[in-house]
Amino acid sequence: MKQEVSKKEVLIGAIVALFLIAVIPGLNAFTPAGSSLHVSDFNINLWGQYLCLAIVAVSIDMLWGYTGLLSLGQMLFFSLGGYALGMHLMLMIGKLGQYKSDLPDFMVFLGYTKLPAHWEPFAHFWFSALAVLWVPGVVAFIFGYLAFRSRIRGVYFSILTQALTYAACLLFFRNELTLGGNNGFTDFKTLLGFDLGAPGTQRGLYIASAVALVLVYALCRWLTLTKFGKVQRAIRDSENRVLFSGYAAANFKLFVFVLAGMIAGLAGALYVPQVGIINPSQMEPAKSLEAIVWVAVGGRASLIGPIIGAIGVNGLKSWASQAFPAYWPIFLGAMFVVVVLFMPRGVVGLPAQIQEAWRRHKRAKEAAAEAAATATQVPKDSQS
Amino acid sequence: MTFASLVHADESETAARQSAARAILAPESEQATIVQDMAANPSPVLGPIFEAWQRSQVYIYEAPDGARIPFLLMPADGSAAKAMRIDNGEPLVGPDGAPITVDETVMKPVETFAKLRRAMRSTMDLLALADPAPATRQSAILKLGMKQSPEALPILNARLAKEQDKAVKNGILDSIALINLASPDPQLQIDALNQLKKSNSIPSRELVAKMAADESLSPKVRAAAVSTLKAIDNHLFWVDFFGTMFRGVSLGSVLLVVALGLAITFGLMGVINMAHGEIMVVGGYATYLVQCIFGSGVALAPFGISVNLPGFGFDPNSGIYQSYFLFALPVAFLSAAAVGVLLERGVIQFLYRRPLESLLATWGVSLVMQQLFRLIFGPANAPVYSPAWLLGSFSVGDVIMNYNRVFVIIFAVAIVVGTSLLLAKTPVGLLIRAVMQDRTTAACMGVRTRKVNTLTFAFGSGLAGLAGAFLSQIGNIGPSTGQTYIVDSFMVVVVGGIGNLIGTVISALGIGTVDQILQTSLRNPVIGKVLVLVGIILFLQWKPSGLFATKGRGLEN
Repeated sequence: MKQEVSKKEVLIGAIVALFLIAVIPGLNAFTPAGSSLHVSDFNINLWGQYLCLAIVAVSIDMLWGYTGLLSLGQMLFFSLGGYALGMHLMLMIGKLGQYKSDLPDFMVFLGYTKLPAHWEPFAHFWFSALAVLWVPGVVAFIFGYLAFRSRIRGVYFSILTQALTYAACLLFFRNELTLGGNNGFTDFKTLLGFDLGAPGTQRGLYIASAVALVLVYALCRWLTLTKFGKVQRAIRDSENRVLFSGYAAANFKLFVFVLAGMIAGLAGALYVPQVGIINPSQMEPAKSLEAIVWVAVGGRASLIGPIIGAIGVNGLKSWASQAFPAYWPIFLGAMFVVVVLFMPRGVVGLPAQIQEAWRRHKRAKEAAAEAAATATQVPKDSQS
Repeated sequence: MTFASLVHADESETAARQSAARAILAPESEQATIVQDMAANPSPVLGPIFEAWQRSQVYIYEAPDGARIPFLLMPADGSAAKAMRIDNGEPLVGPDGAPITVDETVMKPVETFAKLRRAMRSTMDLLALADPAPATRQSAILKLGMKQSPEALPILNARLAKEQDKAVKNGILDSIALINLASPDPQLQIDALNQLKKSNSIPSRELVAKMAADESLSPKVRAAAVSTLKAIDNHLFWVDFFGTMFRGVSLGSVLLVVALGLAITFGLMGVINMAHGEIMVVGGYATYLVQCIFGSGVALAPFGISVNLPGFGFDPNSGIYQSYFLFALPVAFLSAAAVGVLLERGVIQFLYRRPLESLLATWGVSLVMQQLFRLIFGPANAPVYSPAWLLGSFSVGDVIMNYNRVFVIIFAVAIVVGTSLLLAKTPVGLLIRAVMQDRTTAACMGVRTRKVNTLTFAFGSGLAGLAGAFLSQIGNIGPSTGQTYIVDSFMVVVVGGIGNLIGTVISALGIGTVDQILQTSLRNPVIGKVLVLVGIILFLQWKPSGLFATKGRGLEN
């Protein structure tokens, strides 16, 4: 029953993984700065961020590409993970902040004299690290349970996830939430005792992101190959048939939704120490839609496509928002429209699409030639 | 009658002028008393004189014959200020008949000091009691009452005897009661409290509350104060409630018009148009452009190319400029509809069978449009001014109703009625409903569904444009305004149910009002909004396909 992964795929995967996890950071650490093979600290940091975004893209693909659930709130879970680790990072600043207080700066600024009780456990790294997973997981579970139970589907589901994200975004902008209001968290100093400003730490975070991406990819790839993955795709293609076959489609969807939420949370937690800031603008509805663009451009339902899409679109964004800041949103929007209209399978599916179009073109030509041939025959037949 | 009153006015004016002149010439120790006494003989001419005096623009002219004539400087445009005699209002001339000019380096203005300025202020307050505008009288009366000084009682009583306006009369009674609150006589206090209770006087609440908490008062008075306080609080609650309802309904009306367009496009085509908010903003900007063209024109710089739209240059106070908004409405509708046609022909027509993809593609369009707005109109909000006839407000039992909000509500009602008539009674409506219900069958019957699609989408977009025009009157129009409305209007459509206008109407008004009520009662707009969204998610547990779902036997319904 289970589909097998070809040896070729395992080999290519291993090579790419090795390259991402070991070769790139190696080039950063062991080659001299002037060398043509050298990867600069800046680029390591940048690529670390891209890989985190690629993890989010994979989680979106699990939802949208494989289960047909277009969630417009994946960056909410990403931010929740980021905030969970961000709280720990804020507490690790200690007295190094502007106000030389044990409390995070924004709390001193808002007149707090004591750390709020729900902040205290975040002083322990392991608590924070687990919160990175369970906080998005619990939020996804509650929302998903309510949504799937009442059979909210299709665009309704998308709109509701967007509303959820919008509501959360508004909430996080408030100071009352004790999460830094619209400034969020920034000025992080250390993580597990390592200086976040040091190139070595950033390299470590890059490696962690690369490992996380490879593991997440492997997990999702494995899941899609099992029977579970088959049910997943069946739900996407015809949910009612799955229901009539006796599967509790809602539970499958809930599982995928929670899993995707947790994966996004992990990505957020890895992203925040690398970019050095987390604030509510990260969960604006537009950010989640932007993440959908990565998946659509890369090609959904392929797992590798979203990774390519996330890295490609963000690389383009880094360059274009410097070079043409005023036109980047227009370009992004137009690219999205074009991809949705003309490249439903994204960049990854482009070769197959071209091949198909070519074959169709050839067949049409052959058919035309045949028709022409029969047409020329007809008079002969009628003559005889 | 008219003649007699004119003569009377003349007489009182002369008397007022002369006493003002006397006050200015009097020694400093007597000035304040004279000014205070002038309150007994109110005349509108005193206001400008006192103002000029306080601004140090009153001087004394020493005539060659030894007479001292006080005069003030009339504000003049351009040339030297004109001097006017205070005692008779004539221009001040020298012995040779030439107007006197003031050399400020030589002449010193008549000085004022704190006590005199206070006396002038209180006299001016009393003067306002006789002001021809009831609203001015009303506020002057209230101000007098809030001071709680018994000296004002005879003045108020005198005014009460003369007053014709019923509302102002009640105001005087309230003010007398307010003054009596401070009286040492408990019976007077109780009467006063009863009067305030009867009129539900909101401004007196604080004073009454103080009395209700004052232990030194007799129990009877306190009991009366407590019951008055209760009555006022109760009244206040309802005023707040209806005020909130009113604002909620007007906000809901904008939401309703936006959502109505969305409900039509979504109901017809199953297309989620994420650019609907931006189409609304197109309507808002169209209103802005019409306003500019009626005025002095506008200079825009899209993509660095400067474009100057010349205006008609109508005077901002003229009726024709004030009517710009009526011209803006059709322009907003048509321009938004044109954008809708482009969007439908350019993008949406390829995606009818793929709703998720149409959601994404239209989001891309909305991103492009937002940036285009920013490039064309700049990142700041467009300054759209309400015409004068939409400004101002009236109040019904202390509830303040703004004209522009009332207008928005009336227009929303007109649009809803118009839309439902169009759908129910016209041949076009019949075609639209046929395609909405069953596209394939309609096509088999010879309905040109492609044309109907475009037409309907244009109509829905036009409604969004109208909503944008309304919004420009009660809110802001900026490049990202659409984003703040889009989530709300989707919620309205989802809660209302697809393909049902009544559902859309009820849910728009419901969400608009609940939103306002929560925002004011919690004093926190964000928590209110979040609660509304959570409430919607929970509501959909109960009714997954909205308030009024179209019932069908198909599996996918």
